[in-house]
Amino acid sequence: MTTESETAVRPVVEIKNLHKSFGDNHVLRGIDFTVRQGEVVCVIGPSGSGKSTLLRCVNLLEVPQQGQVLVRGEDITDPDCHLDAARQQIGMVFQQFNLFPHLTALVNCTVAQTTVLKRKPAEADRIARANLERVGLSEKITAFPAQLSGGQQQRVAIARALSMDPALMLFDEPTSALDPELVGDVLTVMRKLALDGMTMLVVTHEMAFAREVADRVVFMDGGVIVEQGPPADVIGNPSHERTRTFLRRVLDPTHVEPTA
Amino acid sequence: MTVTAASEPVVRPGLSPRQRARRSRAIQYTILVVIVVVAAFTADWRQIVDVFFKPDLMKEAFEEGLLSALVRTLVYTAGAFVLGLVAGTVLALMRLSQVAPYRWFSMAYIEFFRGLPAIVVFIAFSLLPLAFEGLRIPFDPYGTVWLALGIVAAAYMAEVIRAGIQAVPKGQVEAARSLGMPPGTAMRKILLPQAFRIVLPPLTNDLILLVKDSSLVFIIGTSATAFELTGFGRDMANSVSNLTPLVTAGFCYLLITLPLGILVRRLEAKAAKAR
Repeated sequence: MTTESETAVRPVVEIKNLHKSFGDNHVLRGIDFTVRQGEVVCVIGPSGSGKSTLLRCVNLLEVPQQGQVLVRGEDITDPDCHLDAARQQIGMVFQQFNLFPHLTALVNCTVAQTTVLKRKPAEADRIARANLERVGLSEKITAFPAQLSGGQQQRVAIARALSMDPALMLFDEPTSALDPELVGDVLTVMRKLALDGMTMLVVTHEMAFAREVADRVVFMDGGVIVEQGPPADVIGNPSHERTRTFLRRVLDPTHVEPTA
Repeated sequence: MTVTAASEPVVRPGLSPRQRARRSRAIQYTILVVIVVVAAFTADWRQIVDVFFKPDLMKEAFEEGLLSALVRTLVYTAGAFVLGLVAGTVLALMRLSQVAPYRWFSMAYIEFFRGLPAIVVFIAFSLLPLAFEGLRIPFDPYGTVWLALGIVAAAYMAEVIRAGIQAVPKGQVEAARSLGMPPGTAMRKILLPQAFRIVLPPLTNDLILLVKDSSLVFIIGTSATAFELTGFGRDMANSVSNLTPLVTAGFCYLLITLPLGILVRRLEAKAAKAR
């Protein structure tokens, strides 16, 4: 690590020796990694590799058994940490959208602003409208989630997270629950967000998106980071056999592995 | 035409299935007609109408204050429902609390009052002023009735509300918490509104039960001015030695419970469609 990059781009997230198990299932086996300001990091890997768990540890939806998660220098695994305050700076987008079904798109985006950030209703309203416009849904402001398509719901979810002015956005397989023809809209919004300089940590199976948008790709397997680096290296020219096997399966699903 | 051998149905001798069904239906209708005819000729209809549905006694019941008894039943029920809803919500939250003694208390309360016949609670309330001399429950007699009914209703509603809270998908809490909402805010703004939507049909069912349970009020021994439907019907039926006032009061209950029953079915259908 050079001193130059340390002063220029401070880490938004620092993860140190993270371990997480569910019962006997040791899902994360010592993860160390950093996300710097403005960086877009895509986490790829086979299902069960621990990538979603890793993401959920970053805002402590899952509590790790060992290790530290530092968000802008603050250790959120410390029991004395003001967790709700830390979570305000971390936007999260879920695979199943998790919009509040009893609230309109607009109120989905204002409810946390007014209750958590104590913003005035008029101000919260203005910010929510701006963010809904940003994701291309100005016309759907009064719609309830059930009246929206999956792609529109996911974009409201992104607007909801953005309305908190987060320093970091977490995306947990944001397009996996979508019909194929709706994936593009969500990815377009995410691409725009990346161009605007948002710090993003994205768990995804969209290799084309990772290759195009990510500054860095992290490949996980079996609860450890196998390799990471620029997408051209990790996806284009992987150095580990496990990465190559995974990418072969993802990029060419009809390919049949020769049995050993 | 060579494959028919395998799919050919087994042909039973005699009637076809359709004929068999027609015959069974004919038998059932015949039995019904016989019963109706026998009832019509053997029963003393004059007597029955006289005892249960005497028109001038129905009219008299209205004049004697049937409507104010109906209103009192509604007021008793409404107050008890509100009380039960508030106490039931508190009990449901205690049942889900991190603090074990709260859970124990709530569980004990629910099991106790769910297992107890409501009439026992009412008898206990009727004896309270004797046991505690000078005890006065505010808004008498309404306060006493609301309290007695509400205490039992809270136990039922607590279980319904708890189930509703737990039926809200886990992702909703996660979304709320990931936005920085503290647990209490997430409960108030996100979980409870959704939980109450889920339990609207069963809660309406509880309301129907409450309407009927309000008839137990006569146990408390309220004065004639506080009579609700059952008390009114019984009192008047006693004094005229005829069942018509009680039957009329009974129809008033149906006037309340039948629309509520239809409402429950509507709500359930709506919930099923949303799912």
